[in-house]
Amino acid sequence: MAETHIPHPILPPPSNSVGVLGWLRRNLFSSPLNIALTLLALYLLYTLIPPLLRWALLDATWTGDNREACSAHSGACWVFIRVHFEQFLYGFYPDDQRWRVNLAAILLVLGAAPLFIRAVPDRTKIRLGLSLLIGYPIIAFVLFKGGRLGLSAVDTSSWGGLLLTLVIAGVGMIAALPLGILLALGRRSQMPAIQTLCVTFIEFWRGVPLITVLFMSSVMLPLFLPAGMNFDKLLRALIGVTLFQAAYMAEVVRGGLQAIPKGQFEAAAALGLGYWKTMALIVLPQALKLVIPGIVNTFIALFKDTSLVLIIGLFDLMNIVHNATTNPEWLGFSTEGYVFTATVYWLFCFGMSRYSQNLEKRLHTGHKR
Amino acid sequence: MTEPIPTPVKPPFWNNPQTRAIAFQVIALVVTVAFGWSIFENTQANLRRLGIASGFDFLSSPAGFDIIQTLIPYSPTSSYGRVFWVGLLNTLLVSALGVVLATLLGFVIGIARLSKNWLISRLALVYIETFRNIPLLLQIFFWYFAVLRAVPAPRQSLSLGDVIFLNIRGLYLPAPQFQPSFGWVIAAFGGAVAASWLLVRWARSRQLATGQQFPALSVSLALLFGLPLATFWLAGSPLEWQIPKLGGFNFQGGWVVIPEMASLLLALTIYTAAFIAEIVRAGIQAVSHGQTEASFSLGLNSGMTLRLIILPQALRVIIPPLTNQYLNLTKNSSLAAAIGYPDLVSAFAGTTLNQTGQAIECIAITMTVYLTISLLISLAMNQYNRRVALVER
Repeated sequence: MAETHIPHPILPPPSNSVGVLGWLRRNLFSSPLNIALTLLALYLLYTLIPPLLRWALLDATWTGDNREACSAHSGACWVFIRVHFEQFLYGFYPDDQRWRVNLAAILLVLGAAPLFIRAVPDRTKIRLGLSLLIGYPIIAFVLFKGGRLGLSAVDTSSWGGLLLTLVIAGVGMIAALPLGILLALGRRSQMPAIQTLCVTFIEFWRGVPLITVLFMSSVMLPLFLPAGMNFDKLLRALIGVTLFQAAYMAEVVRGGLQAIPKGQFEAAAALGLGYWKTMALIVLPQALKLVIPGIVNTFIALFKDTSLVLIIGLFDLMNIVHNATTNPEWLGFSTEGYVFTATVYWLFCFGMSRYSQNLEKRLHTGHKR
Repeated sequence: MTEPIPTPVKPPFWNNPQTRAIAFQVIALVVTVAFGWSIFENTQANLRRLGIASGFDFLSSPAGFDIIQTLIPYSPTSSYGRVFWVGLLNTLLVSALGVVLATLLGFVIGIARLSKNWLISRLALVYIETFRNIPLLLQIFFWYFAVLRAVPAPRQSLSLGDVIFLNIRGLYLPAPQFQPSFGWVIAAFGGAVAASWLLVRWARSRQLATGQQFPALSVSLALLFGLPLATFWLAGSPLEWQIPKLGGFNFQGGWVVIPEMASLLLALTIYTAAFIAEIVRAGIQAVSHGQTEASFSLGLNSGMTLRLIILPQALRVIIPPLTNQYLNLTKNSSLAAAIGYPDLVSAFAGTTLNQTGQAIECIAITMTVYLTISLLISLAMNQYNRRVALVER
């Protein structure tokens, strides 16, 4: 009699190693130490989150237009932000001219939108990006400053709030990148004089704090210029910020240049390309792609550093909020003001870092392991 | 008949790379020198026009203002030169404390980020992403204006066990009072350090010679802690704590951390720790898992694997960016000027500059100090890098 072997049916995995329970066991309660840590973390969350939520949302005041409206509730007084919101956005920009700022913002969004759409071919994106990079600052400058095309002139001293923060960050980014690339090329150059000049420049700016650079640009720059010639305060700050960030950018780009194998230079030379063509067509496209994270990190640092112009008396977002918290009518709401400002800065910086991660993934044309 | 080989045409001299290189460099130098010279000329003319006498004579004239925190004796009659040293020491104090605290917090959070515990690693991620994306100046302002300016007046001080007090004037800590015989304890500690150094050397040479191991670490730890403690007890506990007491309108005695310093230190620590945490995470992740497996297969236990295999390789990746963060922290401490902590920038490039009008001298001295600190740390860094760099064949 032949017996057929009937295998036992495969048993399901133990119920405590799959599903929610399994996940909890693996990730939160895998060892006595982990159990203790989990409980500690839960306790921490329990003591922090509910009071925070109560302060920021449940007990907060959202409506009203003066500080008396806030006395009824124990939580945050967001009325403070609501009342000052326009000021935080535009600074002291004249009320009837704010449409110009809005128009510039809309133009930027419309112009930059195709860059974020996958279906647009890369070639168009590059062309559009370059023309935006060169054209937009001019358009924005004419719109903001006025005095031409029938627009009334608005002095830079009345620019402020988020507008000023974005202007400083934008100019800094657009100007620091090319300057940084040139400095990095100079530092890697074979010519000793050029190399020494670039190294000295880079190490000098990297060695001093931005705040002394801003001090210098506000008190020393006027002394350096011929008598009678004077720069606008904002322009002086912009020069300081740009030179400072260009030095950091140069070091980032140098990292990328050093990572390009020698064979690439030799291949370009064998094809008969000169120095600038080798750099522009062969080396830089590869090098810059490698250092996107570093470049974006520098941009993020620049964005955060714009808050330092407060020291020389420019009313950027940080300073205008700080100013509002010291207004005698609104004393005691500094926490709300700072939380709001922190959120704005955080959104921009976090957004930039996420976008760079995205870009890095998309530009990764090599083989992935 | 063969064609004669054409003699190569010499390219025109302006296409010769060497000639070009020399020309470029000469142009660059001439432009730089001309630029520098015109700045110098303009400055001379401007200073003459404004009637400012340049030079460093002002350093010896009396300052005439008071400083809220001084590590060396200082009074309003002291000179501007003294102000410089007070400011420099304050900068160094807050930077040194910040470096130690940020390293501790950063390593804890970096390791928490790698924890297998999901909740812990998420909390660390939230910490890192929150604090490194908010400007440091904003964080300093938050701690100073929103927190430390909002605590009660001295009479309603917040207290911790009636020894530590927090009020609007600052944080009051008990101060140690050393009796004369405390010198013995310090001497004992010095002796323990020397003894454990010799012990470690002896243990290492014996292991190299005979292969026998000696528990040098635990013995020297016992020496380092045991010897001073025993001496402390034998000398009759020569240490008392002076607890701050409320007298009149404020606390008397004890150590005072002024709110400016406390908020600057808090913000610097929290901000820099977020960056250090990322560096630590990246450094540990850079050591491939194969190293751990290889080490286990050689029979090393997990403690030895961490100490002898993982850490030396991770530190090679961690140390350079970590030093960079220390440099950043030192430079960022200059933001003290925004809340009036009397550091170098605030006391010297701020108040002194405003009073004397010697803009060029003050800024130049301040920048030189920061440059010197940066270059010294870079030099030390490069030295270290050369020592630990991977030697490739």
